[in-house]
Amino acid sequence: MSEKPSNEAKRRRARWPVFLLLLPVLAVLWIPSYNSVEPQLAGIPFFYWYQLLWIVISAGLTLFAYLTGE
Amino acid sequence: MNWTIVTVFVVLFGTVTILGFAAARWRPGDMDLLHEWGLGGRRFGTIVTWFLLGGDLYTAYTFVAVPALVFGAGAIGFFAVPYTIIVYPFVFMVFPRFWSVAHKHGYMTAADFVRGRYGNRWLALAVAITGLVATMPYIALQLVGLQVVIGAMGVGGQGLWGDLPLIIAFLILAAFTYTSGLRAPAAIAVVKDVLIYATILAVVIVIPSELGGYGKIFAAVAPAKLILAAPTAASLGAYGGYATLALGSALALFLYPHAMTGVLSANSRHVIRRNAAMLPAYSIVLGLLALMGYMALAAGVAKNPLYADGFKQFGSTFAVPALLMASFPDWFTGVAFAAIGIGALVPAAVMSIACANLFTRNIYKEMIRPDCSDADESRMAKIVSLIVKIGALVFIILLPLQYAIQLQLLGGIWIIQTLPAVIFGLYTRWFDPRALLAGWAAGIATGSWMAGTLAFKASVFPLSVFGYTVPGYAALYSLIVNIAVATVMSLILNAAGGERRDETVAADYR
Repeated sequence: MSEKPSNEAKRRRARWPVFLLLLPVLAVLWIPSYNSVEPQLAGIPFFYWYQLLWIVISAGLTLFAYLTGE
Repeated sequence: MNWTIVTVFVVLFGTVTILGFAAARWRPGDMDLLHEWGLGGRRFGTIVTWFLLGGDLYTAYTFVAVPALVFGAGAIGFFAVPYTIIVYPFVFMVFPRFWSVAHKHGYMTAADFVRGRYGNRWLALAVAITGLVATMPYIALQLVGLQVVIGAMGVGGQGLWGDLPLIIAFLILAAFTYTSGLRAPAAIAVVKDVLIYATILAVVIVIPSELGGYGKIFAAVAPAKLILAAPTAASLGAYGGYATLALGSALALFLYPHAMTGVLSANSRHVIRRNAAMLPAYSIVLGLLALMGYMALAAGVAKNPLYADGFKQFGSTFAVPALLMASFPDWFTGVAFAAIGIGALVPAAVMSIACANLFTRNIYKEMIRPDCSDADESRMAKIVSLIVKIGALVFIILLPLQYAIQLQLLGGIWIIQTLPAVIFGLYTRWFDPRALLAGWAAGIATGSWMAGTLAFKASVFPLSVFGYTVPGYAALYSLIVNIAVATVMSLILNAAGGERRDETVAADYR
């Protein structure tokens, strides 16, 4: 019986990183935030490198959710 | 005909053919059992699943069509990138539940799950038929990738002779899928990916230096195409299309039977969770490939008389092959072409297996021969996988390419209509199966009508809300209709009461 509360606490702790996964979804759907040419990176317009960057951030957040979950 | 390119291509293609047949002996299983043939015995670990899903989802058609769209239409074609960004958080949260319940009850398809969850064979049949109809034109389109590279090599002549290389490639594919089942594309996917990653690495290093840097490449793009058209007082403009295409495509992707097959062949739910973090590596490749559309613009391949015939025959899908031939020595062009050609085999194999599983489990066994034995079931699936592929081949050879593209576009709109039954079903049994069926029908009708008003040429519907135009992906708009109908009808039917069948329990999903 004494284990039960700690299990529940564990589960609660493991839940919040999953909600971080909404960040990349909101970021790429909010088009006005990145629909511009400047600032460029090595000649690549912002529109392109910013979205490519979110692939990496999203993968990182998913990895974090994986490591802290279940 | 360029002998160096052809030789490298044929050698690599021959290697994967042998690999495809040999795959039957990889972690051998009894091929008279459908889950051994059609799901690789549900034994694939993290790495194999990564290769299989990567090869399965990032298809040859994607690799040709996405850069072609960027080449022709500019920034809007880049929606493939936010699409793949949205899809993995969704997969991470939702699909481990699907894997668990399928593992517990031995489900092999989404329709199997719907049958068990709702106890309604008609809803399951609707899900199965939607999956079949949405996937078949997709298989046909895989041939386009193959066709374009074969055409670029200058192999084949006029009429039926011109199609002979394609027919040979497809017969090879059909044969090893028949003997090795899902193990064949899983093994081949490894080779394909090594080739794809080598190609993309060379592309991002070599081509920009040949063209004078990325600044020069983007300078070749018309300023109006470089970013999305901003909203006006009357319309949300390209913003609506871009965001809804990304979101709708992401929601639809894993409802496709071939994606489900990839998920269910994994040996644990953690394989799915790990892959949601690992598969974005392919998204990077896709994003870089999309930029090849601009590289092709900057390299001026469309104006090069060498490639005039190719562009005349294949349109903007010829941009990538032309760019590769213009930028690389022949032997490496052969490697890159093989990557695209073999890249067509993996998804075509998985898609035909997924169709075979669906037909056998949810139409043949459910509706026609409930008493069939395990061996009958497996034999039937193998035969269906052949029929599906031959159908795709005949379709692409005899009918205009435009039909396959239009059907694939409709397929995306149709497959998303199974979302309420499948995805909501993973969380709640609140919806009534009859309501879900009505919602499905309403969604299919609305989506098809919207695509019809666009003459089946586009999927972004200009919805008018109080005089303001909000262009959006027809799949997403019709899904909203679907969910509304299913919700209202469930409220009514649930209030009326009655028996509720469900063979699953909450613990099955964890």
